[in-house]
Amino acid sequence: MTGADVLLLALGAVAVGAGALVVATRHLVRAGLWLVVCLGALAGDYLVLTAELVAWVQVLIYVGAVVVLLLFAVMLTRAPIGPSDDLDRPGWPAALVGAGSGLGLAVLLVHAFRWSRVDLPAAGTAERLGEQVFRAWVLPFEVLSVLLLAALVGAIVLSRPDIGGRR
Amino acid sequence: MRPVIPYVTAALLFGLGVYGVLRRRNAVLVLMAVELMLNAVNLVLVTADTTVRAALPHSGQVFALFVIVLAAAEIGVGLAIVLQLYRLRASVTVDDVPLTEHEPTATGESASPAPEGATR
Amino acid sequence: MSTATVWLAAVLPGAPLVAGLLGLLLPPASHEDRAPARRLAVGLGVVGAAVALLAALALLLRVDGPVEAATTWVEMGGLRVTLGLRLDGVAVLVATAVTVVALAVQVYSTGYLRRGPHDDVDVDHRYPPYAAQLSLFTAAMLTVVVSGDLIMLLVGWEVMGICSYLLIAHDRRLPEAPGAAVKAFLVTRVGDVGFLLGIALLGVGAGSFRIADVLAHDYPTGTLTAACLLLLAGVAGKSAQFPLHTWLPDAMAGPTPVSALIHAATMVAAGVYAVARLFPLFAQAPAALAVLGVMAAVTILLGAFAATAQDDIKRVLAWSTVSQIGYMTGALAVGAPAAALFHLLTHAAFKALLFLAAGAVIHAVGTTLMSRMGGLRSAMPVTFWCMVVGLGALAGVPPLSGFWSKDGVLAAAEAAALDDAGPTAPWVGWLVWSAGLVGVAVTAWYATRLLLRTFFGDARMPLVRPHDPPASLRWPVLLLAVPAALLGLAAFAPWFADRLRVAGDATGEAVELVHLAPNLILPFLLLVAGAGVAWAGWRRDPAADPARFLGPLRPVFTRAFRLDDVQHALVVRPTGALARAVRAGDELGVDGLVEGTGRAAVELGGGLAAWHRAALPRAAAGVLAGALLIGLAVALIGVTS
Repeated sequence: MTGADVLLLALGAVAVGAGALVVATRHLVRAGLWLVVCLGALAGDYLVLTAELVAWVQVLIYVGAVVVLLLFAVMLTRAPIGPSDDLDRPGWPAALVGAGSGLGLAVLLVHAFRWSRVDLPAAGTAERLGEQVFRAWVLPFEVLSVLLLAALVGAIVLSRPDIGGRR
Repeated sequence: MRPVIPYVTAALLFGLGVYGVLRRRNAVLVLMAVELMLNAVNLVLVTADTTVRAALPHSGQVFALFVIVLAAAEIGVGLAIVLQLYRLRASVTVDDVPLTEHEPTATGESASPAPEGATR
Repeated sequence: MSTATVWLAAVLPGAPLVAGLLGLLLPPASHEDRAPARRLAVGLGVVGAAVALLAALALLLRVDGPVEAATTWVEMGGLRVTLGLRLDGVAVLVATAVTVVALAVQVYSTGYLRRGPHDDVDVDHRYPPYAAQLSLFTAAMLTVVVSGDLIMLLVGWEVMGICSYLLIAHDRRLPEAPGAAVKAFLVTRVGDVGFLLGIALLGVGAGSFRIADVLAHDYPTGTLTAACLLLLAGVAGKSAQFPLHTWLPDAMAGPTPVSALIHAATMVAAGVYAVARLFPLFAQAPAALAVLGVMAAVTILLGAFAATAQDDIKRVLAWSTVSQIGYMTGALAVGAPAAALFHLLTHAAFKALLFLAAGAVIHAVGTTLMSRMGGLRSAMPVTFWCMVVGLGALAGVPPLSGFWSKDGVLAAAEAAALDDAGPTAPWVGWLVWSAGLVGVAVTAWYATRLLLRTFFGDARMPLVRPHDPPASLRWPVLLLAVPAALLGLAAFAPWFADRLRVAGDATGEAVELVHLAPNLILPFLLLVAGAGVAWAGWRRDPAADPARFLGPLRPVFTRAFRLDDVQHALVVRPTGALARAVRAGDELGVDGLVEGTGRAAVELGGGLAAWHRAALPRAAAGVLAGALLIGLAVALIGVTS
């Protein structure tokens, strides 16, 4: 067990635990905050896996923007600050499908990889990733920017009552 | 490095995300669970980058970046929809979201209105 | 056959046909009696009938032996259908009778279908279509008479049926008229199916439908008997014989001139005429003749007894017609077609006379029920004496025509019974003879009853002032009284008797229509007895109905042994039930299948749409569960393969 393994284990446990709390807690705002913890742990995982750019982008966008948006939405929809009792639907289909998918995937991956070892590759720096993005993956990159533009316009159209389709 | 550790982490996170989508009643919490699922996928992609010898280097991490961009776009539009729903219904419970246009109110979690809409 | 004869024979049905078709083009409603359409219709009808009568008289003078002319019309697969004429003495005599009665009826109708004292102000008799249908009917009957081809005969036969249907339903004020018309049509139609099958059998067997070819062909006995029996079905229908007689009394809902022409003198005689035409074939099928004999005997008695208890004067005459045609078919059954045809001619004369005279009475009194008549003798003397002549001929009072012709029938039946003359077994002769004798007595009884109830005694409707009819009604009646009285004496003239000879006649070379022999006494005595009983019964109480002496049998006779109800139960109700079942099967089964397919598709779509229409959480659960299942499946397949 190298140090990388230990870190991965620890951060993984934190991520899974925080994720469990996200889907199980009865406090709406706390769910958002546990999501921050989970995403932060995952950013740490990325760093261990030498995916530096991805890790910082994760922190910037996910923790910095997405979670903030989610918390905004929680606030704007008048979420109660304390515990609320009616947050959950019946649990058995969720447990069934969730456990099935999670454990199934885990079994699949364990069966595939067992306790094998790999060497950590070269760090995924901004320069290296940039090379790949702007050479091999430039078309998806451009399409994604169009997609972002569409999402932006769509969000504005949805939010403002004076623009949009006929009522 | 043993790749099975981050893989199993990702699998468990994915399972938790599915559980959250099906369990939670609040639309924002459902979106949070969706984010969990997306992050699980991201972790798989980044880990796969170390285990798979791809023709193009770092393609896993590039994909992970793309997924992050998509998640951001999705969360923007999704929250706009949720807020619009809140403005119309004063509630963001997913149970109350009907999938047809005809029924102004649907009741219960199995809201399935009369089948006359099929002929329209 | 000379061209002049052919032309005359073509004009004979052609003139009324043209008159009828032109008449159909006229506007049907005429709101005043003097409207030009009505006058034109009157003119067409009378002229058509008159031209036909002149053609018939000319042919009567020219034709003495059989003449034929034919052209091939259609040839289908070895079967020849011709347009042809076959004229012999019988045909021209019958044609003359038909045209005389037709002309009389046309003239009579002009007066009868005029707005009378009993009608409302705005009643419309719709004379143009009436006259046109009468002309068409005359043309059809004449086609049947002169036709040389079985298919042409069938065409005329069916057109007569249609015209009868239209004319029975002519008076739209009567609620029972449409039902009576439909009944007449359907009952005769049932017979016509048999008639058509019989003709088909004969035609296919001979390879041609020409009557001459059919008569010359040698048929196997089985085919011939079957064909004759089928033809008898048509005869029973058209000539109102048992068991297809039920339509004739109800057909009295039609106007009285129509009853006179169609249901007394011509159409109902067409069956007898058809059998006489094809008699050489019938003579070879004794089984068919036996069946005909039984039918005839039953019909004679059925008609006579039913006539005794009717209150409606036209119904008495209708049942009397049924009975008298039974005499004609009885004569055919014992192998004496000449006697049958002689009775046909005299019956045409006196029955038409009776109906037209009864029409005059109805026109004057405003009702057809004898219980409302009485004492009309002083008010309507001309009608009274014409009625006496007619009823005397009907009963068989010498020297009127009916006496001679009925006696000819009875003599033929007696010869078949006692001397085994004729193609049938003696028991058929016994049957017809005994039925005929009983019929003489009963006929005399009801004829006397009719005369006494209508014309004698006190008037039971004192508010009505009856009088003799106007000229247009009176003259046809008077003119018909002449042959009703004197036609019987024509039997002594050899040219008349020879013309009635039909090939295959069983009574020998020289046709003897009249027999001055001691066996004339028996029917005469029965006649006197029947009339005497009726008169004695009337004398006891002139205001009451002599039919009351029938006692418990009276309601049975009035309802004609309830044969109408039997027919209703055996035929009408099962057919109605079958029709309803078929309709239900069609609506539920066939329609149901089609509509059910549509409905099932719509419901299936709706069901699928309802599945789609799950709320968001269920949709999400479905998607994720499905993905899980697919993943499991892929993993398992990947693991196992």
